Amino acid sequence: MPSQLPDDSVGLVTPQTLHFAAPLTLESGSVLPKYDLVIETYGTLNTNKDNAVLICHALSGNHHAAGYNSMDDRKPGWWDTSIGPGKAIDTNRFFVVCLNNLGGCDGSTGPTTPHPETGKPYGPDFPIVTVKDWVESQARLADHLGIQQWAAVVGGSLGGMQVLQWSIAHPDRIRNAVVIAAAPRLTAQNIAFNEVARQAITNDPNFHGGRYLEQGAVPEHGLRLARMLGHITYLSDESMGAKFGRELREGKLQFNYDIEFQVESYLRYQGASFVGRFDANTYLLMTKALDYFDPAREHGDDLSAAMRTAKAKFFVASFSSDWRFSPSRSREIVRALLDNDLETSYVEIESPHGHDAFLMPGTYYQSAFQNYMQRVAQECAA
Amino acid sequence: MSSGCDDMRADQQILIDWIKPGSRVLDLGCGDGALLHCLMQQKDVSGYGIDYEDERILASMARGVPVIQADIERGLSEYFDDDSFDYVIMSQTLQALSRPDQTLLEMVRVGRQAIVTFPNFGNLDNRAQLLFKGQMPVTESLPNEWYNTPNIHLCTVRDFEKLCRKLGLRVLESAVLNERLHRNLASRLAPNLFGEVALFRVERLTR
Repeated sequence: MPSQLPDDSVGLVTPQTLHFAAPLTLESGSVLPKYDLVIETYGTLNTNKDNAVLICHALSGNHHAAGYNSMDDRKPGWWDTSIGPGKAIDTNRFFVVCLNNLGGCDGSTGPTTPHPETGKPYGPDFPIVTVKDWVESQARLADHLGIQQWAAVVGGSLGGMQVLQWSIAHPDRIRNAVVIAAAPRLTAQNIAFNEVARQAITNDPNFHGGRYLEQGAVPEHGLRLARMLGHITYLSDESMGAKFGRELREGKLQFNYDIEFQVESYLRYQGASFVGRFDANTYLLMTKALDYFDPAREHGDDLSAAMRTAKAKFFVASFSSDWRFSPSRSREIVRALLDNDLETSYVEIESPHGHDAFLMPGTYYQSAFQNYMQRVAQECAA
Repeated sequence: MSSGCDDMRADQQILIDWIKPGSRVLDLGCGDGALLHCLMQQKDVSGYGIDYEDERILASMARGVPVIQADIERGLSEYFDDDSFDYVIMSQTLQALSRPDQTLLEMVRVGRQAIVTFPNFGNLDNRAQLLFKGQMPVTESLPNEWYNTPNIHLCTVRDFEKLCRKLGLRVLESAVLNERLHRNLASRLAPNLFGEVALFRVERLTR
C-alpha cells in the first residue's frame, strides 16, 4: 500500500464475523443450520438508520471492497475506485456494508468451512446457494444491523443480479437499486463459458471429487484455466490489443511452447495469483449461481411481469465493449423497468475495457454514478 | 424551493401550458433536463427524458430527471409499448433527425399525443438570405453553416402541416412565435412567413 493513506481512502478497515444461528432454507430445499457472514463497513450509520448502502460482490469478490486491511496490503479493496470519502459511494454520507456471500471462501460459511457434523471441510457437500439465497441472507444481515431499508443496494455483474433480486423480493427494503454491467439472466453463450470453467476444475486430477482439502491437494491447473478463460471474457479484444498487442516476451520467436507472447504471460500470472486466493468449490458454486439466476422464469419468461413487485428507483449502467454482459442485456432490464413505470436512469458508457470497466475509473462513468448517488444521499436524513 | 422553471424560453412555456397536470411525459432529446424538470415541479408530471450525449445525461441526472441514454430514432421501439405516455414531446430536435417522419409516427404510437417544436425555415429572414445572398441562411436559431449543421431536415410550417396530413395526424393545437419569441399579429396572420419557432400538438386520426 502507499506509505501514506490517500485522502479519498476509507483507510484501514477490519472485517467482522457475524454468527447467524437461525437455520436458512435454501432455494434448493437444503438447509444451512447456522452460518457466518464476514462483513466490512465504512462510514457511519445515522440515527434514522436510513443512509445504509449494501454492496453486492461479483463472482470472485468478497467483503473487502474498499480501503486496506493492513499497512502491508499491496492493493486496496476491489471497488476502491467507487467507495470512499468524496467518491461515488461517499463514505462521508453513507454507511456502507459489504459482505462475503454464503459459499464464498473469504470467511463466510462456504465449502472451505468445517461441516458442523463431521468437522471436515464441507467441500462438495456445501449446498448450492443462489442469488435468491444470498439476498435472503443479506436481508437477515440487514435485520442484524438494524437496517429496515437500504438507501441503495449496489452491485456490478453478478452483484447487479443480487440488486435486481432485492428489488423484486424486498421492494419495501430498498429505495434505490444500482445495477451495473449486469443481465437479467445469462445467455447460452455465457453459461457455456461457465461450463468450460467448471469442466477445467472438476477434471483436474487434484480435484478429488471436490474433497481436495481433505487430501491436502489443490486443483491448481483447473482453477488457473477457469480464471484464464474468465479473464479473457472480462476484457475486450480492443483492450487486450492495446495492452499487449502481439508483443513478444523475449523479443523474438522461440519456436517452442513456452510463454512467447506477453498476453500469455499475463494470463498465466492472472491464473496463478487466483489459485492462491480462491477456492475451486466456491468458483463452481458462484458460476452455478450465475447460471441459475432468471427471475423471469417463474413469470412465463416475462421480465416485466417478474419486476412487477419492484418499487425502487433504478440506476442502470452498461459498457460499450462489454460482451459478457453487453449493453443489450442491460436494455432488457431497462425495458422491464420502464414497463413498470419505475423511475429509471440508464447510461450506456463508451469504454474499451470490456466487462472489467465497471471496476475501473472512467470520467463519465464516475460522474453519472456520482450524480445518481448524490440524489440518493439527499434523500437521507443528515 | 424553486419552481424548477427558471429560464424557460417562451416556446417552452407554451408547451408547458399545453400539458395537463399529472400526465406521463416522454421528452425526446431532453438536453439538460430543464424542461422535464420544470414539468415535474410545476405540473406534477412523471416520465423520462431520452438523450444521447453524455454531458446532457449528466446534467439531467444532476437535476434528478430520470433519463435514458439512447438514440431517439431507435430507442422508442426498443423500450416502449403503444400508448405508454400521455404526451411525447420533442423540442427543437425534429430537424436533426435522419427520418423525422418515422419518429413522428413513433411519437404518436407510444404517446396519446405528440408535441413538437421546430425552427420554421419558411421565415422571412431565411427566405431573404436565400433570395438576396443566394446562400443557405445562418440565423440566431440556426447558427451553423450548411456543412456543419446538425439540422439536416429543416422544414417550414407549411411543410410540417403537409406531413401531418400525409401521416394521418390531427393537429390539435399550434403556435408560431416570431424572432423575439413573441406571438405577435404578424406571426398569427402569416405564420409561415413571420414565425421563427413553431409548436404543434398532434394525435393520430385513427387509434
